[in-house]
Amino acid sequence: MIKFTEEHEWLLVDGDTVTVGITDYAQKALGDVVFVELPEVGASFGKDEDAAVVESVKAASDVFAPISGEIMDVNGALEDDPSLVNSAAMDAGWFFKMKASDMSEMDAMMDETGYNDFVAGLE
Amino acid sequence: MSMNNQGRPTDTGETAPITPDFESYSGHKGLRLAEPLIHEIGNAESSGVDVPDCGDFDMALGGLQRSGKMGIPGLPEPDAVRHYTRLSRKNYGIDMGLFPLGSCTMKHNPRLNEKMARLPGFADIHPLQPVSSVQGALALMEELSHWIMTLTGMPAVALSPKAGAHGELCGIMAIRTALEARGDARQVILVPDSAHGTNPATATFCGYSVKSIPGKADGRVDLEALKSALDDTVAGVMITNPNTCGLFEHEIRDIADAIHDAGAFFYCDGANFTAIMGKARPGDLGVDAMHLNLHKTFSTPHGGGGPGSGPVVFSAALADHAPIPYVMDVGGALTMKEWKDGEADSTLGRMTAFHGQMGMYVRALSYMLSHGSDGLKQAAEDAVLSANYLLASLKDVMSASFDGPCMHEALFDDRFLKDTGVTTLDFAKAMIDEGFHPMTMYFPLVVQGAMLIEPTESESKGNLDQFIRSMRGLALEAKAGKVERFKGAPFYAPLRRLDETQAARKPILRYIPPE
Repeated sequence: MIKFTEEHEWLLVDGDTVTVGITDYAQKALGDVVFVELPEVGASFGKDEDAAVVESVKAASDVFAPISGEIMDVNGALEDDPSLVNSAAMDAGWFFKMKASDMSEMDAMMDETGYNDFVAGLE
Repeated sequence: MSMNNQGRPTDTGETAPITPDFESYSGHKGLRLAEPLIHEIGNAESSGVDVPDCGDFDMALGGLQRSGKMGIPGLPEPDAVRHYTRLSRKNYGIDMGLFPLGSCTMKHNPRLNEKMARLPGFADIHPLQPVSSVQGALALMEELSHWIMTLTGMPAVALSPKAGAHGELCGIMAIRTALEARGDARQVILVPDSAHGTNPATATFCGYSVKSIPGKADGRVDLEALKSALDDTVAGVMITNPNTCGLFEHEIRDIADAIHDAGAFFYCDGANFTAIMGKARPGDLGVDAMHLNLHKTFSTPHGGGGPGSGPVVFSAALADHAPIPYVMDVGGALTMKEWKDGEADSTLGRMTAFHGQMGMYVRALSYMLSHGSDGLKQAAEDAVLSANYLLASLKDVMSASFDGPCMHEALFDDRFLKDTGVTTLDFAKAMIDEGFHPMTMYFPLVVQGAMLIEPTESESKGNLDQFIRSMRGLALEAKAGKVERFKGAPFYAPLRRLDETQAARKPILRYIPPE
């Protein structure tokens, strides 16, 4: 199951493990990504707290923890090759995996069709 | 008469093709000289100074002496002079032409300021000299303080902060000191989404968490959103006025009242003070602390041309917490308050080793005195007039982000480039071919593909018209689908489009000699 937020993050849900990244729309809007700062494994975040930073040639942006929970794993490959966020935003460019502490936080999030409509409405 | 036909011809000869189809043997292009790194043209063996052989001596370094080469370039004096002169000719600065960098206020640096700063009584003194021998310099600092407090309507000033962001740090540290003094452990600083990036950075550096306040559709702070975010966890609010969209926050008094009602402090980012200098006093607007950029508003050099200087003014509520040192008048003799005198002393402490940027104080006061209070007011009016002239002259071909007049800078976004294939970056690069430093681009972040243009009061109408001609010409070409001159730009710069992405991803931070 994949979910989307209005902050242009995607959540791939597998049991209570949630992989988080930014959407293709977001990477296009940011431009070439030059730096990614990832959270510590084991750190805990509340929903919508700043968990990571993505810096492009245009600006630096915060990546929010879209749900509350603990960081289980981070995509260390982004530190060496931040361009993965541009080339594979929805796949190899994932940021971190969280253990969700409250699955119901994702109930109100958009599915893929809903997100595509949301983005279409922004243009 | 004698017919001498051997002299120098004065006609222009045959017209050459516009683009030559040859490369010069030297790599130079006429007066545009190619210049390698100094490491590539110099070496330690060929310096211009002959050092006598030191003969036999006993090494006293216990085996720690350097074994490899130092890698320092050496050049004869004429070659060293030429190297730096050639580099300087590739530079673009306010002395070369219009420098419309929004939010940076690149105004002319009057030469009178430079003359005053070079007076030996200011230029040749040392911060550790006895204060009795630098009374004139201290008197200048006193007078500058007086002008700054008068212009801002604030009862206290700290001259020592070294630049804008350092001034922000000073102001937020004073707020934290004041809160600690009353035993209040507030943890949040509110910042509008159009803020300078230094604002949240400053708050974070001071240990606060930052919450963003959304703007309204008219580009100003949403007072209701601010009110609902204000509670007893909020230590302060940082607002720029005029803001980074070039707009005056006309609800500023209500904003200040709401902040104070919540027991918080109001920090104003004074980066854009040039627009209201002599017209509005932050003290009357309810501000508790604000930095001034002497290197923007008061014409001291910056942007690689000189150090910044960011004095901070304080309201009565924060005055006791201002940093040391500051100038005091003790029975007619000026002295520096240098030390914190025990627990009763509420100052936040010291932010700099000495007293700040003396040379900038001299230049800023020269600007103030040579303009007078009426002249400063006119400078602000002219800066706003210039920006509105640009806005009015461009808004039919470009897309102004907000309706109505602006303050000292005009903000456009990239809607006028929609579907042309030309981006804000391309447009800015094409400005280089036109011989202008590009405007600020992609800031503020609240509009898409921002172009922020600040002409300042320094430019004549003729200069503005020339700039407008280029901007209008480029805008019309982009809309007409002539994208080549944008996609390849700059064509006429010493170097073509640089790979900024690669430079940020894999920066090379030092010279690496060839193997």
